[in-house]
Amino acid sequence: MSNAVGIPDTANMGALQRDEIIAAGEPWIGTVERGQVLRIVDLEGNQAVDTLFYNAHDTEERYSAADTIRAQGNIYLTTGSPLRSNLGASMLTIVEDTCGRHDTLGGACSAESNTVRYALEKRHMHSCRDNFLLALERYGRAMNKRDLPSNINFFMNVPVTSDGALRFADGISAAGRYVQMRAHMDVLVLISNCPQLNNPCNAYNPTPIRILIWAAG
Amino acid sequence: MKNSAGPRSLTVAPPPSPSQPLLWEESLEHGAHWSGILRRGTSLRLTAVEAGANVAAMLYNYESLLERYNMADTLKAQHTAFLTAGHACYSDMGRVLCSITADSCGWHDTLCGVSDASMVSGRYGATRFQEQRNDYRKNGRDSMLNELGKYGLGRRDLIANINFFSRVSVDDTGGLSFDAAHCRAGDYVDLRFEMHTLLVLATCQHPLDPSPHYQPRPVQLRAWVSGPAPERDPCRDRCGENGRGYRNTEMMFLA
Repeated sequence: MSNAVGIPDTANMGALQRDEIIAAGEPWIGTVERGQVLRIVDLEGNQAVDTLFYNAHDTEERYSAADTIRAQGNIYLTTGSPLRSNLGASMLTIVEDTCGRHDTLGGACSAESNTVRYALEKRHMHSCRDNFLLALERYGRAMNKRDLPSNINFFMNVPVTSDGALRFADGISAAGRYVQMRAHMDVLVLISNCPQLNNPCNAYNPTPIRILIWAAG
Repeated sequence: MKNSAGPRSLTVAPPPSPSQPLLWEESLEHGAHWSGILRRGTSLRLTAVEAGANVAAMLYNYESLLERYNMADTLKAQHTAFLTAGHACYSDMGRVLCSITADSCGWHDTLCGVSDASMVSGRYGATRFQEQRNDYRKNGRDSMLNELGKYGLGRRDLIANINFFSRVSVDDTGGLSFDAAHCRAGDYVDLRFEMHTLLVLATCQHPLDPSPHYQPRPVQLRAWVSGPAPERDPCRDRCGENGRGYRNTEMMFLA
């Protein structure tokens, strides 16, 4: 099901199932079935896309940044990276990536972390974790903050140096770049199209993204 | 490779002294799991009894278990990819669970998670209690789940943890390398608790420990009354972010 690093997976893609635009700062929740292909497009460039995955049939199994990093021996996600669950399973694999690398250490912004990182007066600003919580409430599966582990930030650039420094840097993405994943199980996808205005993760200008899902080929 | 960012051993708050009698002391066997409540104003020293120790730790606000250690918030507030003395361990609510007030080894990993059952049986061979009695081989995930279950927590609460005494550095391409010589016998780290904290520990080997042998190491726990962070404090004063993080924490304890 997974393919070799760097080889586009389009040969095994079926009909287009979904094609949606997510406005800047909005959440999105949807299901990608086993074998289907999910593409996220950074339409205007340098837009962080905070993303979580759950086993659609048992949401206590969910994406785990630590398991993913440890299993591949690398902190950056790109073509060939298996996205692993808290139970060690490969949930999806990145099969194509025109951006180059993606972050899974930087987490999602929240009202509370904004007070720490920027200023107490930033508490009111819209955030990814508010998006996540509201989307889960609307979804109605009795999921809550317990269900928000460390996430993936597609298109976000958080370089780490060998002496252990970490920073949020200007993005390496650009308009039209995309990342594509094939699901190995039925997954629930939770996205916050990041509304952060206080650091360069969105180039200080959050913009829309596009979601496409193809049937299994 | 040793930490080039600063001195290996650093103390930013007083360690336990004869004038501060120990509250309690306990030994953690190799491969053990443990949980306990550390009240605000208590400090805990973890000491590696043997070289090569690893202590996986998950932390939760004991008054509201939904609030828990957040690896990402901890790292980005302090612009670091590892933990040492002078750092605060943040919850997901912009508050500080504990401060690291002394550290003899200069680097603690919080990126790499814990081992699991298939990893341990695959590397070291399967074992059962029936044959091995209490020497059967433990893994980090099951150890954590075992303790979490005692508080009504479970798989939803498996968070990105801290691996005390383990150093994993990141190269220019993002690749991870585990430093097998990092933790020496006698190395210690002091945690000063800033809120009432449920602390869950497991002494299983680090998941990137390349040793072909199953050899988790014992650690010693010592707790004493230190008081919480004073008004002038190297962890609080480390950066503007931490000043706000301690302020957010203290709002819970003003009444």
